[in-house]
Amino acid sequence: MDRRKTAIVALVLCLAALAVLPFVSEKFYVQLFTKILIMGIFAMSLDLLIGYSGLVSFGHAAYFGGAGYVLVLVSPQYAAASLWTSLPIAVAAAALLALGIGMLVLRTSGIYFIMVTLAFSQMLFFLFHDTKIAGGADGIYIYVRPVADILGWKPFDLENVVHLYFVVLAVFIAVFVLLRVVLASLFGRVIEGIRINESRMRSLGYATFRYKLACFVIAGALAGLAGYLSAIQFGVVNPDMLAWHLSGSVMMMVILGGMGTLVGPALGAMVMMLLELGLQSLPEVGGLDIGRHWQLLMGSFIVLVALLLPQGLIGLLTKRGAKKAHG
Amino acid sequence: MDFGTFLIQLLNGVQYGLLLFLVASGLTLVFGIMGVINLAHGSFYMIGAYLAWSLSERFGDLWTAIAVGVVLTVLLGMALEWLLIRKLYARDHLYQVLLTYGLILVFEELRSVLWGDDVHGVAVPSALGASIPLTETLSYPVVRLWISVVCIALAVAMYFLIQRTRIGMMIRAGASNREMVQSLGINIQLVYRVVFALGIALAAFAGMIASPVSSVFPGMGNQVLIICFVVVVIGGIGSVKGAMVAAILIGLVDTFGKVLHVEIAGIKLLPELAGMTVYVLMAVVLLWRPEGIFGRRL
Repeated sequence: MDRRKTAIVALVLCLAALAVLPFVSEKFYVQLFTKILIMGIFAMSLDLLIGYSGLVSFGHAAYFGGAGYVLVLVSPQYAAASLWTSLPIAVAAAALLALGIGMLVLRTSGIYFIMVTLAFSQMLFFLFHDTKIAGGADGIYIYVRPVADILGWKPFDLENVVHLYFVVLAVFIAVFVLLRVVLASLFGRVIEGIRINESRMRSLGYATFRYKLACFVIAGALAGLAGYLSAIQFGVVNPDMLAWHLSGSVMMMVILGGMGTLVGPALGAMVMMLLELGLQSLPEVGGLDIGRHWQLLMGSFIVLVALLLPQGLIGLLTKRGAKKAHG
Repeated sequence: MDFGTFLIQLLNGVQYGLLLFLVASGLTLVFGIMGVINLAHGSFYMIGAYLAWSLSERFGDLWTAIAVGVVLTVLLGMALEWLLIRKLYARDHLYQVLLTYGLILVFEELRSVLWGDDVHGVAVPSALGASIPLTETLSYPVVRLWISVVCIALAVAMYFLIQRTRIGMMIRAGASNREMVQSLGINIQLVYRVVFALGIALAAFAGMIASPVSSVFPGMGNQVLIICFVVVVIGGIGSVKGAMVAAILIGLVDTFGKVLHVEIAGIKLLPELAGMTVYVLMAVVLLWRPEGIFGRRL
């Protein structure tokens, strides 16, 4: 069997496992995997920037949290918003935010780009943290989740844990396919060309700024989609959704999993969240409560991956990765 | 705002800025000379503060604590460079980010294991306990002036070390061409180890001298890290002079952002949005000069 077939079989098996999960496991794991899939969408959207366009954004939480806040602001306080209006509004708002910020930050590059994206996301963080908009530092609850009514017909209920899981799974697959299609198109080729050698692409006649901006907006919109779903899952929106910690950890998921692969960042999201859970449940050994100090092991794990796996975790799974690691 | 209050805020702003400079100069040196992005730099500020607290409890005074603490952090820095950082010189910046992010988690958790999660205070040494009266009602604590003076002295010493000594020459040469310096028979590996150790020792030292005026608490490292990145980027990466100018600027903007009252069209901007001022400043500077105030055009 060649590599392509192996990859497809592995992908189908993973999807099959995700599809049967709610029927065989407890509610806790369904909720956990809903969270993992949402972070997977978030990580894949950042991979479009870091892995494919070479734009290392350290402020990606701005769009994630921004969309969450938009959902709160368009929802009536004690009644349900409509999914079909609030979702497009939230995603469009995230895209618009990315357009505005992108037009400014794309003037810089390299480490300066990393820091300016951080600066803008921090501005948004302090705007919601220090003022009374949407509950200030405490955040705000979404008492009633949006409803999915189409002329009285209700295809699914977002208050139901299993329904929400399948909605998130469907969105995850859709985002994955969408990104694959975009990357396989001419647009995707140009983007990769820009990452490898921007001045050459420019001399070939491509308006590289516009391509990068388009990429930034798509990534922002998809991050917004993830943030919207996250706000629905937890029923609360707070400034932590905009904080640099979140931008940092999603970046770690992308690098840890293996950037520029889409599957890698999703895998990175899963590994980091499962590892967190696993480490937290470790027992006390020789007077040291490992479960409470789980970050010690998590940090060591990240250090080891950075030292030993130049292609990230995905490099372990693919032959190409293994070869590149030696070369 | 009357003159006395203004003067105090000005002194506070400068003192905060000088402290930021101490932390940020280590960060900018390590990046400018070794090409390493060290996210864990802020952790050493925290480690310094905790060392000052725990060692001064043990030895009974802050001076011994600082002396012992500096030696410990230099050794820690050399060990870290030898064990981990030197493996990253040839690698993409992103892996440096990944590894040093892992180190943040490790240091933060080690701190929790060794020293717990409580907030502590360090007593002001009796020699610095006095206050200088400014007006009939306002006075300024000597310890804050002492911090400023120590920072300025270190900045001057750093300038002489880098610009006027043989070691400084090796460091500057190593920053522009590593291979060339090595083939001239200079042990660049050792130069890097020393630079890294001194860089983090600066951060730790800043944490130590700041400990009497600010409390010692978990998470203090990350707070200072983000602000120091802002300083480094505004000043221009790798430029110590830029770090100085940017640090003072940030110190003043941050301090006055919290005390000035600015209102436009009935919307209160300051001090309500004081948290944003530093980042607005950074965005404006970078849009005006994308390589920072004293940065080399990339």
